[in-house]
Amino acid sequence: MELAGSLRRNQTLKNQVEAESGVVLSDCYQCGKCSAGCPVAPWMDYTPRQVIRLLQLGLGEVALKSHTPWLCASCQACYTRCPREVNLPRLMEAVRQEARRRGMINEKKVDIFEQAFLGTLERYGRAHEMGLMVQYNLQSGQPFKDALLAPPLLLKGKISPFPMKIKDIAGIKNIFARVRARGGGRS
Amino acid sequence: MKYAYYPGCSLEATAKEYNQSAKLVARHLGVELWEIPDWSCCGATAAHNNNHLLSLALPARNLAIAEAEGLDVAVPCAACFNRLRAAEAAVRESESMQATISEIIGRDYRATNKTRAFLDVMVNGVGLEKIKEQVVKPLAGLKLAAYYGCLLVRPPKLTAFDDPEDPMTMDRLIDALGGEAVSWSYKTECCGGSLATARGDIGVRMIYQVLRHARDAGAEGVVTACPLCFLNLDMREAQAAAAHGDQLQLPIFYFTELMGLALGYAPKDLGLTTHFVNPLPLLEAKEILRHPATRRETA
Ligand code: SF4
Ligand code: SF4
Ligand code: SF4
Repeated sequence: MELAGSLRRNQTLKNQVEAESGVVLSDCYQCGKCSAGCPVAPWMDYTPRQVIRLLQLGLGEVALKSHTPWLCASCQACYTRCPREVNLPRLMEAVRQEARRRGMINEKKVDIFEQAFLGTLERYGRAHEMGLMVQYNLQSGQPFKDALLAPPLLLKGKISPFPMKIKDIAGIKNIFARVRARGGGRS
Repeated sequence: MKYAYYPGCSLEATAKEYNQSAKLVARHLGVELWEIPDWSCCGATAAHNNNHLLSLALPARNLAIAEAEGLDVAVPCAACFNRLRAAEAAVRESESMQATISEIIGRDYRATNKTRAFLDVMVNGVGLEKIKEQVVKPLAGLKLAAYYGCLLVRPPKLTAFDDPEDPMTMDRLIDALGGEAVSWSYKTECCGGSLATARGDIGVRMIYQVLRHARDAGAEGVVTACPLCFLNLDMREAQAAAAHGDQLQLPIFYFTELMGLALGYAPKDLGLTTHFVNPLPLLEAKEILRHPATRRETA
């Protein structure tokens, strides 16, 4: 019973990830070229090839717990080299979004950074590097991280303490709202 | 030659040198840049890691404004370039996506215009011959590693203008400017992007690998076309080297800064005075600054 339920859940997960990413999991023949060239592989718990394997085998719930999709730098090396043109970065994106929906934030700092970035974007229409640094540092509990780099950046006039706001803020807010209405959204 | 110009957020802040030098060399070479009025952020990797539609809609808003003017878009930031191209391709390939995106951004957008990397516009649009004719201060004796990183050339289906494994556009530009592009194996290796902020332990190692390989190949400086690559390499060079018990003094350049130098502009007009790793000693040692024909930028 428990096993059957778990198989069914995993099948649903597999279908969902395929639909969201456009990747056909059975395209991958496990050659490992992706993992060989992945610059972040040394720090991953499962290599990119293994993440696909987990999904192929119906062990998607294990993939959801992995740090790999959160650490993927989206550098596109794997996708460029894959003999089967498997769009791995898109797959990572889909796995990560599903993990996030289930409250499984496997790399908290990566998530805080991205959410802070998107928050600023929604509010101002542009990224604001200074505000982002401060917000990120406070929320990730390391208020002095990169603190040594901020004053020289300010001094060189490279970051401003004030965010730049575009005029058409309503347009940006609408984009976020319409995406949310379609079931996406960032939170 | 006229393009819509999409600077992107970094070029207004940490990469202001890139903005300054890009505008200067464009004007010098007769490329008119029409900055997209009230442009908004492309969403960068944060958007596409979190929501696919959002990651297409945010760039599309800017592309639609340019399309209404009938202009192709020139983009200096490699990350923005990649996101804009992705939005363009998605809309061009699918009618339903075209409709969805137009509805989300509240503007009609059909992807009839094209996004081009600023590097591509310079090297293949203006052309190396024309650039060469304008060189008054050749970068003679300067050995440089052209660093492309990820998003300028990958995935090739999207980026299209150069080889994803051994791109040469920037190398050829360096040679045209009178410098010497070294051959090295890390030109498209990833610098870690925003991992440097969120997972400094990983980022610093990736940064170090790139810099170390450039130095070991005999380069005296690294040339980039991406604000995030630049920031990672320039700002974190000392930290990355120290973490590996090494010392590095490699100045990092935007290719537009080097173009500006070779075209005769003064370092401060190009933003060469606000780098973390000061490039001026190297340029002085190579006697590149001591040429009589320095142009004065009248701001
Ligand atoms: S390179 Fe492609 S086919 Fe080979 S293991 Fe990776 S995803 Fe599968
Ligand atoms: S896109 Fe992600 S998984 Fe693929 S090589 Fe780059 S970091 Fe690794
Ligand atoms: S990729 Fe970077 S610089 Fe380019 S618009 Fe987006 S945040 Fe801003």
